[in-house]
Amino acid sequence: MRRGPLTRVLGEHPVGTAFVTPYVVFLAAVFAYPLGFAVYMSFHDYFFAAPGAIVDRPFVGFDNYVTVLTDPAIRRAFGNVLIFLVINVPLTVVLSLGLANALNAAIRWRTFFRVSYYVPYVTASVAVVGVWLFLFNSNGLVNSVLGPLAPDPSWLVNSRLAMPTVAIYVTWKQLGFFILLYLAALQNVSKDLYEAASMDGAGRWKSFLNVTVPGVRPATTLVVLVATVTGANLFTEPYLLTGGGGPDGASASPVLIMYQRGIEQGHPDVGSAIGVLLVIGVLLLALIERKFVGREED
Amino acid sequence: MKLKFAGLLVGAFVFLFPFYYMLIGSLQAEPDPSVGGAFPAPGNLTLHNYGEINKAIHLGRSLINSGIFTGGVILGTLVFGVLAGYALARLQFRGRGLVFNLMLLIQVVPFQLLTIPLYVLIVRSYGLADSYLGMILPFMINSTAVFVFRQYFLQLPAELFDAARIDGASELSILWRVAVPLVRPALLTGVLLTFIGPWNEFLWPFLITKQQDLQPLAVSLSNYLTTVSARAANPFGAVLAGACVLAAPAVTLFIIFQRRFISTNISSGVKG
Repeated sequence: MRRGPLTRVLGEHPVGTAFVTPYVVFLAAVFAYPLGFAVYMSFHDYFFAAPGAIVDRPFVGFDNYVTVLTDPAIRRAFGNVLIFLVINVPLTVVLSLGLANALNAAIRWRTFFRVSYYVPYVTASVAVVGVWLFLFNSNGLVNSVLGPLAPDPSWLVNSRLAMPTVAIYVTWKQLGFFILLYLAALQNVSKDLYEAASMDGAGRWKSFLNVTVPGVRPATTLVVLVATVTGANLFTEPYLLTGGGGPDGASASPVLIMYQRGIEQGHPDVGSAIGVLLVIGVLLLALIERKFVGREED
Repeated sequence: MKLKFAGLLVGAFVFLFPFYYMLIGSLQAEPDPSVGGAFPAPGNLTLHNYGEINKAIHLGRSLINSGIFTGGVILGTLVFGVLAGYALARLQFRGRGLVFNLMLLIQVVPFQLLTIPLYVLIVRSYGLADSYLGMILPFMINSTAVFVFRQYFLQLPAELFDAARIDGASELSILWRVAVPLVRPALLTGVLLTFIGPWNEFLWPFLITKQQDLQPLAVSLSNYLTTVSARAANPFGAVLAGACVLAAPAVTLFIIFQRRFISTNISSGVKG
C-alpha cells in the first residue's frame, strides 16, 4: 500500500483515534487526574468547602502523612490488614489449588461442583453478609453446633477473632474465582511429567508436590497478587459484619478508616494520605511476594 | 478418586449451605438459630419477611436503581469498550501503542486510592451526588473489558478486514457488520462478566447516594442492616429476604450461562 506523508503522521487508519477518544478521555478523567489529585491533596491542607468558594489550601509537606502514621487507630487498621492477609492469602492458595486439583480429575458432578464453588463469588457481599451475621451471632447456628466450645465473646464481637472471622469470610467468598484460575493453569501442566513421575515410583501426593505445584507457579504468583490487592481493598465486610470495624477498631481496615476520616469526618487530605500509603504498602508486599512465590519463573 | 469426590462434596456443602440457610431464613416466620431451625417446618414458612423488607426499603424502586446503574455500566462498556478494543486490535493510528500501554498501566492502579479524589470531584466539584450519572461514571468503561474485546477482535482473520476495506466499507460499518457479528458470543460473556461488578458494587454507590429513592438494592439493604434492623420484629428474616432478592438475579444469570464463565475467559481478562 502507498504511504503518503499524511499516513506517516496519522497512521493508516486515523479514524482509530476517534474510536479510542472516549476511552482516553475516560482514563484521563477517572484515573489519571484523580490519581494526581489524590497525591496533591495528601500534601495540602485540603478540606471541603462550598462549591465555587475561593479558599486557601496551603502546602503542608508531609503533615498529613505524620498524622496518619502517628494515629494509633490508623496504625491498627494497617496492622489488621496484615493479620487479614496472613490468614487469607495462604488459605486461598492451599484451598483453591487443592479444590481445583480435585475438580480437574475426571469426576462425577463436575459442573455441579464448579457452580457451587463459584456461586459465592458472583453474589453481592451485602447479601451473603446477612447470612453470616445470622450464622456467627452469639446464639447463631455455628455456636449452637459448637455448644460449650463456642467462643465468648462471640466471633464478630471478639477483639481477637473479629479480623480472622472476616478473613475466613472473604476467603470463602472469593475462592471460586481462584479455583477457576488454577483450573485454567492445570490445563497447561504437561501430562508427560505426571507419567514420568509415576515411572519413577512417585505416589499421588509426591507427584502433586513435584509436578503440579511447580507447574502452576505462574498462576500462584497471580493468585497471591490478586488476593493481596483484594485484601487491601477490604471495606464492605468489616463495615457490615463487624458494625464499622469493631470491637474497638479490631477489624477496621485502611479503606474503612479512609472513608471515616476522609468523608465522614471531612479530612480528605488525611484520607488521601492513607490511600497513598496503602498503595505503596501493596506495591511493596507485591514485590516481596514475587520474590518468594515467583522466584522460579522465567 | 472416592476421596477427591468426598472432599469436593464436603466443600460444596460448605459453599452452598449459607445460600440454603439464606432462603430458609427468609421464609421463616420466627427465626430459629438452633440446629433444628436449619430444617424448615412447613407450618413456620411464610412470605411475610418479603413484605416487611419491601415496606422498609421499597424493593421495586431499589431494584430499578440497581438495574439503571448496572445497565448504564454495561451500555458504556459495550459501546465505548468495543470501539476502543476494535481500534486497538485492527486499526493503525498514531498513538495506538501509547493507548495500549496506558490501558495496561491503569489495571494496576488500585481503585481504593481513587475513592477520595473521585468523591471530591464527582460530589463536590461536578455536583453529581445523588444522580445515576455520578454512580455510573467511574465504571463507565471497564479496562479489563476493553482488553478482552481486543483479544477477541485480534483472533479474527485479517483477510476479512482487507476484503471489506477494498469494497470501500467505512471502519464503523466494518466493525458493526463484520467484526461484531463474528464475536457476538464472546461479547455476551463480556456483558455477563460486567454485570456482576455494578450489580454487587457497594462502596461507590454507598458514598454518593444519600437519597433513599436513588439507592441501588445493595446500598439500601446495607442501610437497613446497619440502622433499622435492630428495631424490627424479625430483623434477620427481613434482611435475608432482601438478600435473596439481591442475590437472585446474579445467581440465576450465572447458573443459566455457567458455560460462558469458562476459566480461559476470566484468566485472560485478569492477566492484563
